[in-house]
This record gives sequence, C-alpha cells and structure tokens, in this order.
Amino acid sequence: MLTAQSIADAAYLVAALLFILSLAGLSKHESSRQGIVFGIAGMAIALAATIGLATRHMPGVAVALMIVAIIIGAAIGLWRAKVVEMTGMPELIALLHSFVGLAAVLVGWNGYLEVEHESDQKSALAAALDVNNPGSLLRIHHAEVFIGVFIGAVTFTGSIVAFLKLSARIKSAPLMLPGKNWINLGALGAFVVLTIFFVVHPSLGLLIAVTLVALALGWHLVASIGGGDMPVVVSMLNSYSGWAAAASGFLLDNNLLIVTGALVGSSGAYLSYIMCKAMNRSFISVIAGGFGIEAGPAQDVDYGEHREISAADTAELLGGASSVIITPGYGMATAQAQHAVASLTAKLRQKGVNVRFGIHPVAGRLPGHMNVLLAEAKVPYDIVLEMDEINEDFTDTDVVLVIGANDTVNPAAAEDPSSPIAGMPVLRVWEAKNVVVFKRSMAAGYAGVQNPLFFRENSQMLFGDAKAKVEEILAAL
Amino acid sequence: MLIGVPRESRPETRVAATPTTVAQLIGLGYEVVVEAGAGELAAVADGAYAEAGARIGSADEAWSADVVFHVNAPSDAEIARLRDGATYVSLISPALNPELVDKLAARPITVLAMDAVPRISRAQSMDVLSSTANIAGYRAVIEAANVFGRFFTGQVTAAGKVPPAKVLVAGAGVAGLAAIGAAGSLGAIVRATDPRPEVADQVKSLGGDYLPVVVEEEQQQSTDGYAKATSDAYNAAAARLYSEQAGDVDIIITTALIPGRPAPRLLTADDVASMKSGSVIVDMAAAQGGNVEGTVPGEVIKTANGVTIIGYTDLAGRLPTQASQLYGTNLVNLMKLLTPAKDGHVVLDFEDVVQRGITVVRNGEKTWPPPPIPVSAAPAATPAAVDKPAAAEKRPMPAATRLASVGIGVVVLWLINAYAPPPLPEHFTVLTLSVVIGYYVIGKVAHALHTPLMSVTNAISGIIVVGALLQIGHHDTAIRVLSFIAILLASINIFGGFAVTRRMLSMFSK
Repeated sequence: MLTAQSIADAAYLVAALLFILSLAGLSKHESSRQGIVFGIAGMAIALAATIGLATRHMPGVAVALMIVAIIIGAAIGLWRAKVVEMTGMPELIALLHSFVGLAAVLVGWNGYLEVEHESDQKSALAAALDVNNPGSLLRIHHAEVFIGVFIGAVTFTGSIVAFLKLSARIKSAPLMLPGKNWINLGALGAFVVLTIFFVVHPSLGLLIAVTLVALALGWHLVASIGGGDMPVVVSMLNSYSGWAAAASGFLLDNNLLIVTGALVGSSGAYLSYIMCKAMNRSFISVIAGGFGIEAGPAQDVDYGEHREISAADTAELLGGASSVIITPGYGMATAQAQHAVASLTAKLRQKGVNVRFGIHPVAGRLPGHMNVLLAEAKVPYDIVLEMDEINEDFTDTDVVLVIGANDTVNPAAAEDPSSPIAGMPVLRVWEAKNVVVFKRSMAAGYAGVQNPLFFRENSQMLFGDAKAKVEEILAAL
Repeated sequence: MLIGVPRESRPETRVAATPTTVAQLIGLGYEVVVEAGAGELAAVADGAYAEAGARIGSADEAWSADVVFHVNAPSDAEIARLRDGATYVSLISPALNPELVDKLAARPITVLAMDAVPRISRAQSMDVLSSTANIAGYRAVIEAANVFGRFFTGQVTAAGKVPPAKVLVAGAGVAGLAAIGAAGSLGAIVRATDPRPEVADQVKSLGGDYLPVVVEEEQQQSTDGYAKATSDAYNAAAARLYSEQAGDVDIIITTALIPGRPAPRLLTADDVASMKSGSVIVDMAAAQGGNVEGTVPGEVIKTANGVTIIGYTDLAGRLPTQASQLYGTNLVNLMKLLTPAKDGHVVLDFEDVVQRGITVVRNGEKTWPPPPIPVSAAPAATPAAVDKPAAAEKRPMPAATRLASVGIGVVVLWLINAYAPPPLPEHFTVLTLSVVIGYYVIGKVAHALHTPLMSVTNAISGIIVVGALLQIGHHDTAIRVLSFIAILLASINIFGGFAVTRRMLSMFSK
C-alpha cells in the first residue's frame, strides 16, 4: 500500500544511490561536475521526502520553526561558501565538520529525551518498543543514543580544535600531556562503563557525563596532533562525522542516515589512509590521535651556512633555464602567492621554458590544498603533477622553485634515518641543478625539523614574502 | 680594524680585493687601505677602490695594517714589513713550504692560509682552490685552443669536412670539470678519466664521456674530499688507458694533484711521442712537478714530433679580473666567519674546524698541521639498528593472517546478525554494504580532487538533518529547541558544503 512512509523509504533509496554516484563522480576530473549535481539532487530528494513525512502530523509552529531553521542555515552556509578565501578552505571544512558533530549530539539527546518523556505516556515509539521486545530493544536504543552522542561529541570538539589550529587562533604545536595514550584509553574505558550503567539505569546525569567525557576526548585527540599533520586530521574528522550520522541512523531506525553515514565514514577513512601512506605514518596511530608520538632528539647538528639570492638573480636563473619545477607548500597559501606564481608560470611558458608543478600529497593543510589554489589561479591542471609522477624528473631540471614548502622537500627524510620524519616520501628537489627556496626566515617547518636542503651547495635562499618576491621576479624577467 | 691590500710582487696579476669586495668588507665594520696601483694588472683603477670606500695609500700603509690580504706567499722582505700582532691572509701551501711556515712563526703574527680551507660544504664559499681551479680549467682550454691549429667543433663546409677535436681531461676535479665544460661548449668531443668512479655522473652532466680505469679493487672517495694516491694495479691499468688515448686524442689537459705530494706522472715521454703532430698538452700540475714527462713549469715547449706542452703555472692569473673577484669574495666570506659581531674585529675561534684548519701560525706559535677532519660524518650505525623493528612491522600481513582476520570479521558480523533483535540485523546489513561501497567508490580518486571530495562528503554528511527534522515535531519544548539548533547547523553544512564544492570545481581548468 502506498503510504507516506513507503514513499519516503523509496525516495531514501533513490537518494542513497545518488550519493553513491556523486562520490564516484567526484573521483575523476571529467565527471566531477556531474558528481556534484547528483549529490545535490540526492540531498533535495532526501530533504523533500523527510519534510513531507515529518509535516504530516506536525503542529504549525513546528513547521514554521523547521522552515526558519533551514532558511537561516542555508543563508549562513551559502554566504560563508561565497566569501571564503581559497586559502581559508581548510578552516571552513573543519568548522563544517564540527556542525555535523554537534548536530549528531543534539539528535542523540533528543532520542533520549523522547523515550524518557513518552515512556510515561506510552506513546507510539515507546509502545512499539515495549510490545515487541520489552527490555532488550529499549536497551539497544539506549546504547545507540550513547554511541551517537559519543561520536558526535568527539567530532565536535576535535573539529573545533582543528579549526582553531588551522586558523592560527591557538598554537599548532602538539599538546604533550604526560601519559596521553592512557588519557585516551581511559576516556574510552569510561565510555564503556558509562554505557553499561546507562543501559541498565538510564539517567540524564549519565548522558551529561558521557557528553563531557567525549568532548574532552575529542579536544585532547586533536590537540595532541601537530599542525603539520592537519590534512590527515581533517580527513579523519570527515570520517568521524560520517560515523556520527550512521550512529544516528541506528538510533532513529533510518536507513538513509546509515547508508550515507557509512559512505562518508568509510570514504573518509580510506582518504586518511591514502594520506597516511603518503606521509609514512601509521594509520592506527592517527586514528588514535597519538602520532608525532615522541619528539625527535634534540637537533644540534651544524649544517653550515646558507646562501642568499636576490629576486633579480633568480629571474636571471629562470631566464636561462629550459626546465623549471615549482614545488609549492603552505607558505604559498599564507602569502596568497598563487596568482603571482600563475603569472610567472605563464610568462616562462611563453618563453618556451618547460614549467611544471610538483605537488606533495600533504602539501598545505588539507589534502589537495595546493591543487585548489593553483586551479583558482588558472594554472592548467595538466602541468600540475603529483610527487610520484615528477620525482624522477628532478635530475634533469635546471631550476626548482620551492615556494613556502619545507618538510615536504627535506632530504633528511630520505637520507637521515635518525630524523623524526625519516622514511616520509619527499620531493627530491635537491637533485636538480639549482634550488631556490622562498622562505620568510630560517625557522623550521611544521614538523620542527631543520632542513639540510637549505645548506646544500645547489640551494639558495630567497627571503621575504613569497608573493612580493615572485612579483619582483616577474618584474625582472 | 684596518685591512691592508698591498700590491702583489710581479709577475702576479691578481689582487686580493676588488671594489665589490671592499664595499662588503666595509659593511662588516672594517676600514680598508689599498696600495696605489694594486689593481692595475687586474684592470681595476685606484679610483674604483676609492669610490667603494677604500683609502688609497702607500705600500707601508698597506703592509702595516691590522689585517693584510695577499694573494701569493710572502717573501722574506714582505714578512718583515708586517707589524707585530698583525693577521696575514694569503695562499701559503703550508704542506709544501715548511721553511716558510717556520719563518712566519718567527714573527708574533697570525697567519691564515686560504689554500688550507677544509673541503666541507660549509667552507665552500671560501675555498680558493675551487674558485681558482675553476678559472684555471677554463683558461687551460683557451690556451690549448690558442696553440691548436684547428677548430674544436666539427663542421661540414664547401671546402671540405672538418673533424671535431678530441679532448682528454685527466682528473675530474673542479679544474677538470671546468675544462670539460669549456671544451665541450667549444664543440669538441670530450673524454675524462678519474680514479673516483663516483664522478662519472658529473662528467656526463657536462657533456663528457667518462673513461673508467678497470681494475679489480674498488676505488673509494677519500675522507677529505680530494683524490688520494692510487695503488700499483690501478696505476698500471691507468697507464695502459693513457697510452691508448694519447694516440687518439688531439688535446690532453691534465689536472691530477694530490695534496701535499708531488703530482702523479700520468703521461710518459713515450705517450707524448705517440701523439699526432700538432697536438697540445696542457699540464695544469706543472707547479707540483707535472703530470707529463717533459713539462717545463711556466714554459711552453714543443717536442720533436710537434706536440706542444703548455706548463703555465699561472693559468688562473691569466684571467686576473675574474680571479681577483672570486678570490676577493672568498676573503670576504672568510671575514664574515671571523667577524661574527660584524663590528670590524677579528675573532679566531679554534673550536671551529674551518678556522682551526686554515690557521698556520697563531700569535707567533706554529699551529700547522691541524688535526684531520673527515668530511662525511661517520655512517649512522645505531639508528639503522633501531630502524629494523619498525621495518619488520610494516611488512604486509602474511596471507594466512589476513584470511584469518577477514574470517573473524565475517563470523562476528554473522553472530551479531543472528542474535540481534529485529531492526538491528537489517541495519548492520545496510551499514556493512555501504562501508564496502564507500571504500570502492573512493578507491581511485585523483589526488587533486581530494579537497572537493572531502567538502562534498561533508555536505552529504549534513544528512543528519533528517534526524532532526523528524524530531522537531515533538511537543516537548526542549526537544524542539534542540532540533531547531540541529537543523540550523546541518543546513549550514549542506548548503555551504555543496556551494563551496561547486566553487572549487568551477576553477579546475585544463
């Protein structure tokens, strides 16, 4: 029989399929625009079906509230999306994750309040639960509330910390509490114990307690990760936000939430895994928030002296080169130098110089951060290559411009087994004939490791704001 | 403090400072006095020094300065002109001139030998031997071309075909590499030999062919960055190689030097006799006894069979302007090291291997030879041992383990589904399948699309709004308020996420 519920269920299936197509589309350039259309269509269908289902027996005031909330949310979301700088993208995405986390916490709380409230009045839901299987289903429901709230709260504070670190509102250095792994394990243990108590004797106090524990855990997990590892963290939080949605789906008996949550959760986890491989990190220790586990030994090696170069000399060097590779890093983003770099690229290409970009998988503070910035500046994406595609070519390259990258071009990772970043795949820029490093000062990179590249015979430092320096080079060319 | 730059005694053409380096020295807080006419042969007029801020003075003024910059080792008369407590900087060759070192140590002065800079990366900027050798190598090719009666490059002309000249460079150090580059850019076919096989790539990078000397034993790079003496077996093989090549090539440039020892003999009189008439040999090691039998240091001679042997010992000095500029810059880099406060006061720090290495005499006390310093740090043996367990950990799981873990996972899922009450098994089924789909769908994502993908999944995870939408209808005020907030937050996510993804994707262009 065609009921509102069955129509909604059918719509949910269609929406879930569209989401899958959307993710599939997003994994290729050619189909990416199509992918987003699928995603929007899926979301529209899901929303329409849910609103239709929910408004059947809803008092007018609730409908009004719902519409107001959606309109306000949409306005804020569209406004933020319009004004955000491409360099501020990591912060925005981290902040958006925190919203999903908070929403999951609220939905979980509501799930508890609903049952609590209505168990006195024997309402539809509570009655159904009681009739079918008195004790156990209600208990499962309680456990689901707990799990949903827990994951949501961890996502919420974790994302907030990631946001604060990325926007430099708090120090990005990892927080090093003594026995941090025990703190994490203790929080998990507390969660398990609280869940058992809650399942037996549900009470608001326990729910508040678990929320606080999860909030603290989320904060600590991300606070103990250094800013340089934020790309993985953001992707991991993306995964967590998916699991939070899936947990809510269990709670609300809603397949669409489960499907979507699991899709986002597993794709986010896989994305983090790809990135962990790129950084030679252990995936488990990322999930556990314990990486950058110990600080490296004190670096007291004398690397010698670096040499400086002027913008004019760099221009001369570039003018005489036949092959140039540019390896940008977070410094290009902070200096907003992508447009200047793009004009430099265009100019050199006009002169017949083979210019390419080498992008390290974790350059920037978000996976693919550099690609987005270069795309914004209209750099053709067929000359923007990944590390593995270009690493062999450095030996035949006349000039490498390292713009605001540090750890991703550190030869110590490849050559010094005692280095804290040993084994991390890096761009082998030092094999080129000349390396010009754009940097603000001699300070160490995010990993806090000194970079022997700066002291190599074939490298020269160009100190100053990357954007200003690139523009000076442009003027000199 | 005052730096004095006296005129060199003839025939030296170089000078220890140029207007550019004078300005840099003044920047370090020093005053500079240049003897009138000091830069004459290097084509630097006194006026140019004055313009850069130096004072033009007499020879006495220059010699009695606090710090004296010189190119060549001093004569006895010149040593006597230094004032007590002065610092004297020049090329000394302390290993080859022990008497000179003793004479210098007889005065209460400090002597720094620019040709004793250790070969470590940090000291590259003050390594005179490198900067001089570079010039000398280039000049050696030019000298050879001057005497050689043919083109270097091959040409096909209406008047017939011209074969390219063949050049053999013995020793691929700095001078050898410079010679390879210069000869190659003139169009010659360049070959090079060197006992250190690791220089093969450097030779190739300059367009030369590396000729290996094939012997049983392995030649290794010496710890101080210079070539070391070779074994007998190697020498025999090398001699065969040179004899072969001598008959074939037109020009030979020899650069083989071993620090503190006479130059090794590479070409015998027989080898020279086997060369074609009109061939040219430039023996860059002439000052140390020569690599070629029959070389006369400082002279050009012609053998009976018409081979010219150039034995100039002042090749670098034949490019005086360039050589002075580079030497002067080496000195400036030294003063940067010696003037940490940039206040015009020399501070000699014996803890620093570079400063220790170049100091031949300190305040009248002989400090030569310095303790040896290896260039490449000892290989890190301990870290390698520590690294082992980590490497073992990363080995892929054996097939059995992997199979077992998959099996356990399947059993656990089956147990949950078999025992859980009604709605749960269905949920788990949906969850498990979705996880698998999510994994495969993302499997081959292009790296550049990571950010758009993440922001679209972020938008999609705003689907949590569905939960809040279903809850807002509840009559309890608390629930309604919480749902309201949840809907608002999730909406920001949905709309913001999709909009920002669209914005990003619209920027990708091919």
